[in-house]
This record gives sequence, structure tokens and C-alpha cells, in this order.
Amino acid sequence: MIALELKDVRKNFGKTEIIRGVNLAVQSGERVGIIGPNGAGKSTLFNLISGRLDPSSGEIWLGEHRIDGKKPFEINRLGLSRSFQITNIFPKLSVFENLRCAVLWKLGYKYTFFKFLADLEDANDAAEKLMEEIRLDKKRDVLAMNLTYAEQRALEIGITIAGGAEVILLDEPTAGMSKSETKRFIQLIREVTEGKTLLTVEHDMGVVFGLADKIAVVVYGEVIAFDTPEAVRANAKVQEAYLGSTVAESQAHG
Amino acid sequence: MALTKTHYEFKPYNVARWLIWSLFTLLLVVLPLVFTSNLSVTMLTQMGVAMIACLSYNMLLGQGGMLSFGHAVYTGLGSYIAMHALNAASNGSVNIPVTLIPLVGGVGGMFFAILFGYVTTRKSGTTFAMITMGMGELVFAMSLMFSEFFGGEAGVSGNRVIGQAFWGITYGPPVQVYYLTAAYTLVCVALMYAFTRTPLGRILNAVRDNPERVEFIGYNTQHVRYLSFIIAGFFAGIAGGLAAVNFEIVTAEVVGAGRSGAYLLFTFLGGATFFFGPLIGAVLMVLAFVLLSEFTKAWLLYLGLVFLFMVMFAPGGIASLIMMNLRLAAFGRLRQMWVAYVGLAVTALMALAGAAAMIEMVYHLQLNAALGPELKFAGVGLNAESLNSWFGSAFVMLTGLGLFELARRQYVHDWDETQVFIEKEIKRREAL
Amino acid sequence: MEFFFISMLNGLSYGLLLFMLSSGLTLIFSMMGVLNFAHASFYMIGAYIGYTLNSVLGFWVALLVAPFLVGILGATFERLCLRRVHKFGHVPELLVTFGLSYIVLEVVQLVWGRTAVEFAPPPALQGPAFTLVQNSLNGLSLVWGAAAPELCSAADAAVRVVCSPFPATRGFMMLVALMMMVGLWLLLKRTRVGLVIQAALTHPEAVEALGHNVPRVFMMVFGVGTGLAGLAGVIGGSTFVTEPAMAATVGSVIFVVVVVGGMGSLAGAFLASVLIGVVQTFAVAFDSSLVSLMQGWGWQLSSALQNNSVLKLTLSQVAPILPYLFLVLILIFRPKGLLGTRET
Repeated sequence: MIALELKDVRKNFGKTEIIRGVNLAVQSGERVGIIGPNGAGKSTLFNLISGRLDPSSGEIWLGEHRIDGKKPFEINRLGLSRSFQITNIFPKLSVFENLRCAVLWKLGYKYTFFKFLADLEDANDAAEKLMEEIRLDKKRDVLAMNLTYAEQRALEIGITIAGGAEVILLDEPTAGMSKSETKRFIQLIREVTEGKTLLTVEHDMGVVFGLADKIAVVVYGEVIAFDTPEAVRANAKVQEAYLGSTVAESQAHG
Repeated sequence: MALTKTHYEFKPYNVARWLIWSLFTLLLVVLPLVFTSNLSVTMLTQMGVAMIACLSYNMLLGQGGMLSFGHAVYTGLGSYIAMHALNAASNGSVNIPVTLIPLVGGVGGMFFAILFGYVTTRKSGTTFAMITMGMGELVFAMSLMFSEFFGGEAGVSGNRVIGQAFWGITYGPPVQVYYLTAAYTLVCVALMYAFTRTPLGRILNAVRDNPERVEFIGYNTQHVRYLSFIIAGFFAGIAGGLAAVNFEIVTAEVVGAGRSGAYLLFTFLGGATFFFGPLIGAVLMVLAFVLLSEFTKAWLLYLGLVFLFMVMFAPGGIASLIMMNLRLAAFGRLRQMWVAYVGLAVTALMALAGAAAMIEMVYHLQLNAALGPELKFAGVGLNAESLNSWFGSAFVMLTGLGLFELARRQYVHDWDETQVFIEKEIKRREAL
Repeated sequence: MEFFFISMLNGLSYGLLLFMLSSGLTLIFSMMGVLNFAHASFYMIGAYIGYTLNSVLGFWVALLVAPFLVGILGATFERLCLRRVHKFGHVPELLVTFGLSYIVLEVVQLVWGRTAVEFAPPPALQGPAFTLVQNSLNGLSLVWGAAAPELCSAADAAVRVVCSPFPATRGFMMLVALMMMVGLWLLLKRTRVGLVIQAALTHPEAVEALGHNVPRVFMMVFGVGTGLAGLAGVIGGSTFVTEPAMAATVGSVIFVVVVVGGMGSLAGAFLASVLIGVVQTFAVAFDSSLVSLMQGWGWQLSSALQNNSVLKLTLSQVAPILPYLFLVLILIFRPKGLLGTRET
């Protein structure tokens, strides 16, 4: 079953075409790594899919729903969630509160002001469980702005998966992390996105080749290849555009 | 899918919370028995009203991150609606007991919040602030145009001593009005506190922290703001209704920019980042408007200066200063700071005395010239035209400033020491 | 006909005054993200300083020196107070300027008193710049300066003569405003400093990394913005009235101008200023209300309708709220403002 599909999506900023006709079909449960040189339009693609930007033309389908042109919260309610490259959490709320906020809508609490948060057992339990999954249970009541960078990235992922969305978009989740932190983080991502459809933008080749079932290569606003890691590595076009250097070669093996 | 409890969880009663609420209730009941003069009781009533108004304002500012320059529109329109209802009850066309008039004001405030709020909450941040200011000016300007509703220059007046007295309560004596206000204050404060512990209240905080991210967890940010705006408008209307009952007259200034500015100033002064901050701000507001303005003609200048310094040096307000020191006390470090605090207080007082003397002399020359150049300042006789007085005040101020700087350095040194200690202590407890 | 022409010019001059003020506000907001709540207060300071300098050194010296002094005051405020709260975010910055507006009002009242002061324009600017003489016999003619009394009244009762003077102060206001616009445009587009400012607008850290002293640029921009307000103050104070309430009167209108024009857009501020200036000036001149309009169309109205306070309102009575009505309409139909580019 196709979980996410982009049909000839284009995006212009003024006269500049940033996304120049992207076609992509992601199967349910697939893990897709999105790679490409800087400025290729990967983050823009994520913004288009998640509703932060509207495409200039083309269609975006989430399962049976057409989502291009919808607001971010509408898309989120249909089952798509994303994280951000620059950490986007709620700084003055504690870790627990951050996660609890993220589960409220899915559990049906909406805009109610007639119930007390302390009495919402399912929300509180879900938030506790999440905290354990992302290994921040020791920092339950610490304000999000006082966490370390890696902890904030973990919280970012936590907020993203909290709503139970089926399609998860992760925008450079390991940006700015050390090698050991990255390894642990990838393990975390693998655990928490078990069974879900995952799209992740990454620069670290080792991460991508290890985590992804398929890789999409975005260059100058187009997808020039969408295939298994081995096929992409061997693809001449990709090698020419991106993986030509020995550094990338060694990263892919290491 | 509800996760059922698999084990028994021990949830002790939150003793501190019950204690604080009981203390608050006790204060509300007992204060007019201690301060019995008419002026005191009226001031206490005004404080209750101000508490509700400032708390409703902080729902927007502190909890929602929405800076409004036009909150008086909702308290004021609530006052007008309440007054019209009171008059309708007086001449018998509607049967509403005076006790429920503030609620009518609340509904009025809510109605206008629904009406104006839709357009107002479309934007956020600085634009929102400008829109609220424009709305405030709009309503104030309209007050001179629609004289049936606003009563023109003379305003709308009414009589709160109407209808059947029940249990001997006629609302004639000020102390009865006080207890009505106190009851409403207790209920409204409790309700607004409860709001902060509901899903909407928490999501409102999230909107304050990161409005964009809220959209990506499934919430419509604008809808959250609009709903909170309406709820804040309801409580603002209640405050307005109580004021209408208390003063028995409503004039156009209740929707004016000055009133809105006062809400902003004092809520911020009290502390927008803690729930009880606006309560402090409300008390200060009434004290300033009623007492300080009698004391000195320079009170608006002092107010502006205090506000300026607060924003620059303590943007969390008085509440944050209290909480910082409570944190010290929690770690047992407050005792070693008291010397530094005393030093700061004494030198600051000195500097302020000198500066205030000079300001008062200038004001005296400007405004009270007919009374001659002599004036009394804090029990000391000053002559606004003599060089002695000027030199004396300047000397006191400069010496005070110099000593304050020394005291401040000592204070910062001591403070940093305690903070280092606290950090270490936190880490130690975490490792346990 | 001449009424329309003169009113148009009056409206334009008022609009240009609004632009002088809102351009400084937009400049400060665009460059620093700070909405200067005390901008109208600097306008007032300019008028009062101009008044004092005028009585000592004459109008033309005041015109040159007062804006400069106001600019220095603004830069000092930025350096001492505003800079300290940059790190707290935009709301504290707004609040600091809000506090300043209280203080300025009190200090001005303290130094110059609570009643209006007589800030008279210089002899060269007194009287009309030109007069339009509408003679039913000879048609429309233009007379430079004041028209001689015999031109304005006809001996023959059948001839109708109307003289409409256009005040020289207003003309001067337009001249200064236009010169200021040109100067601003030149500064931003044609000088190195303007280039740095334009860059610091969107990428202050990058500009700082290039070696430019961004805090100093901010201080300068704030000084220039407030100096412009001071210039407007000298002109406005001498043309209209110089009193403690002048800041409040014009303060809220310029914020409306900035929102209606689009936050951060100088061209939008220009458009909105002129629009609001012209509309308000025309509105004040009309004494017609909905009632009179309907009666003019020949509709019969019941006495209840005729006495309805809403329908009875004349346009001139409604004039003060027109800017705010604009604000609400723009927010409903075009929230970004007329020419707005940035989303705040």
C-alpha cells in the first residue's frame, strides 16, 4: 500500500524553481533515506509534504487523502508527523509536559478546559512510556531549554512520534552530534519507528546506508534516483552528482 | 486505548497547596475586619476587582504570549453591560439579583471577546499588540458617538441598592460590596488557576513557547488563541461588572488606553511568568492609583521609571524575585544573603531619597509655585529655591549611588556563590 | 472644485507628516525588529525642543538642530536601555519603549508645563502659500501668497467669489517630507552605510562576522529613526499645536499606518499614510450623515430612524475612528497589509 505519494510536485519562490517536478511513491512501512547536496531542496520537500509550504503545482497524497494545500495541523491529524532540523520544542515546559502536549490531540482531548491534566490517565501514561522510550525519564521535570543538545534532539523525536502518526518525517535528526551519540541515536530511531513509514533526510552516509530500505537522491529539486542502497551506490548518475568522492565511499563502508 | 492501572499508586494530598488556598481565603475574610475605615474597605474591593482583571490579562500575556494593549475594552464593556443590566433590574424590566450582575458583566465581556477576538487573534506577536491598541482606540472613540450605550460624557450611573434584601444584605454598606467582591475573587482566581491545569491551558503555554510547533502536533494555533481570548474576556467582564456595582457609575475612561496601559504595567510588574504575579501587581496597582497619587504629584514618573528598571533588570517581575529567593531558602542559603540584601536596601533607599527629593522639588516649582518654595519631603523641610536643598539632595543621591554600586558588587559575588552551591547540590541529588 | 483641490493638498500634507513619522518607525522595526512604542514621544520632544530653540535661536536653526538633538537622545536611550533587553526578545523591547513613553510624557510636562505652548512658524511661513480664487465670472485663478481683499469679495452681489488659501506651513511640510523621502532612499540605496543597514536587516550575525559593528549600526538606525520623528515634531508642532497630548493623538494613528501599510514596508507606510491622511481630511469636512444622505435620495424616514444615534452620525463625527476602521478591514481582508512582505 502506498503511504505517501508525490506527483509532479513543483515549488517556485518568485521566479526561482526550487522543486522541479518530484515524483515519489513510498510504500507503507518503508524506511526511506533522502540524500543530496546542500541546497538540493530536501528540507523544502519536507516543508511541502508537512504543510509548512504550499506547492506551486502538483499533488501530494497521504494514503487516500490529498494533502497539498492543507494546513500543518490538518495534515498532522491525518497521520503524518515531522521533526525539525533546528530543534523545535517547547522550551519553558518540562520534558514530561512537552510529551504530554504532543499526545493530547490524538487521545481526543482537543480544546477542552473542563478536565484536569492530572486526571488524564491515558495521556499521562502515554507520556511516561514515551519518556522511557527516548531515555529521558531521569529528566522528567527538567525544563526543555535546560537539556543538553542531544537530549533536546531526543525530545524532538519524542514529540514527533508521540501522536502515533503512521508516516514520520525526520529532518537531519543527528545534525550536530558526535559519532557515539549518532550511533546511539540511530538505534533509538530504529526502535521507536518500528513498523512505521519513515522518511529521513541525512548527510551522514553511514547512517543512511545502515538505516534505510530505500534511498532517494535529490539534486537540484529533482529525484534522480530512488532505489535500494546498493543500486543507488552503483547508479552512475548518482555517483556523478554526489557520491563521487572517496570520503563518501569510505563513510558508506564504515 | 486506555492504559489501565496495574498497581496501586499512593497519591498524597498536596498539603502546601491546601495551605496556600486556605490562607488566601482567610485573608480575604479577615482583612476588612483589620482595616475597617471606609477608604480601606473600598480599596480592598478595588484590589479584588483588580486581581481578577490582572489575572485575566495574564492569561493572554504570561500564559499565551499575547501582548495586548487593549484589555480595558473587555473589562470596560463588561462594566457597561453590567450597569445597563443593573438599571434594567432597577426599573423592573428584568429580574436579576444584584449578586449576579457581575456574571452579566462576564457574559458581556465574553460576547465582545467573541466579536472582536476573531479578527484580533488572526495575528500574533507585535502585530497582535498593534491590533489590540487600534481596537482599544476604536472603542474609546466610539464611546463619544453612541451615547445611548455609553452615556456620553457623563457616563452611565446606577443604583446597587435595589430589590429585596436577602439575609439583610442590601449592598448599601461598602463592606457588603467587599464580601461580594471577595467571593467572586476567590471563585475566579480558583477557576483561572484550574484553567492552567487543563489541556487547553497547557496547549496555550505551548503556543506561547513555540506557536509553529503546536501546528505540527495537531492543534490549530489560532483556534487556541481565540478560545483563550474568549475565556479571558469572560473573566475581564466579571471584573468590570464588579467595578460597576462598586462605583455605581461607568464612564468612558474604563475602556481607555490609560486603563489598558495600567493593566499591562502592573501585571508585568507583579510578574507575568508566575500565576500569583498578577495578584501582587493588582495590589500594587490599587495602592499606586489611590494612595501614591495622593502622596506625590510625580507618581507617574516614578511608575514609569520603576517599570523601565523592572523590564531591564528583572523581567520576571516581583514574583520571580520572590521565587528566586524561595529557591535559595529551599537549599538553605537564604541566611547568608541577608547581609547583602540589607546593604542593597539601605544604599538604594539613600540614592532614591536623594533623587526623589530633587524630583519633588522640581514638581513643586512647576505645579505648586503659588504655595511658595518650601515643601516637606519625608519629614524634612526643603526649599526648592535654595542651593542648599539642591546640593544636599544631589549629595545624598550620589553618595547613595556610589555605595549602592559597592553593595551591588558584594551582592553579585554572594549570589554567584550560592548559585554555584545550588548547582552542585542539584547534581549531587541527581546522582543519588 | 477649489475645495476639493485644497482639501486634497491638506490631506496630502497631513499624510506626508504621518509618513515622516511612520517611516522612522518602519525603519527601526525593519532593521531591529523593535516596534518603538515611544516614537510619538520623540515626535513630541522634537516639537518642544524646537519650540525652545525657536524662541532663542530662531526657526531655521531649530529646524536643523532639534532633530539632531532628538536623534542623540534616541541613540543614548538605545545604548543604555534598549540594548540591555535585546537578549530578552521582542516583547521586552516593546515594553521598554512603552515605559519610556510614560517617562517622556511626565518629563515634558515637568519642563514645559501641562498646557499648550505657542510654537509659531517663522514670518516667511506665515500666511498662505497660494490662494485659489474661484470667481463665478472669471473662473478659477491662482494667486501666489495671500489674495488681496478686493479679489475675494465682489462689489456686485450677483458675482460669487470664494477664496481658498493654502497655508505655507502645510506646503513647507510637504516639501520637507518629500526631501526626507528622497534623502532616505538615497541613503539606503546609494551609500555604503545603507548597504550595511540593508544587510543587517536580514542577516545581522553575518554582517557582524564581516567586521561591521552591528550594535553600533542599530544605535545609529535608532538615532536616525528618532531624529526623523524629531524633524516631524518641529514641523508638526509649528503647523498644528504643541501640547502634551500631541504624542497620544498621533501615536496610535502611526501604528495603524504601519500595520495597514504592511509591517516593515516603507512603500506600504507611504501608501497607507497618504490614504489615511487624505481620507480623514476629507471626512472632517463633510457634515452629511446616513440620515441626510437618505433624505437627499428622497427616502421618507420615520422620526425614530431620524433620531437613531448611529444613522445620525455625520461623517465628520466619525472621522476620528476612520483609521481604526481601516485597521479592522485590512485585518479581515488582507492581513499582510497593503504592501506587506514579512509575516511577524
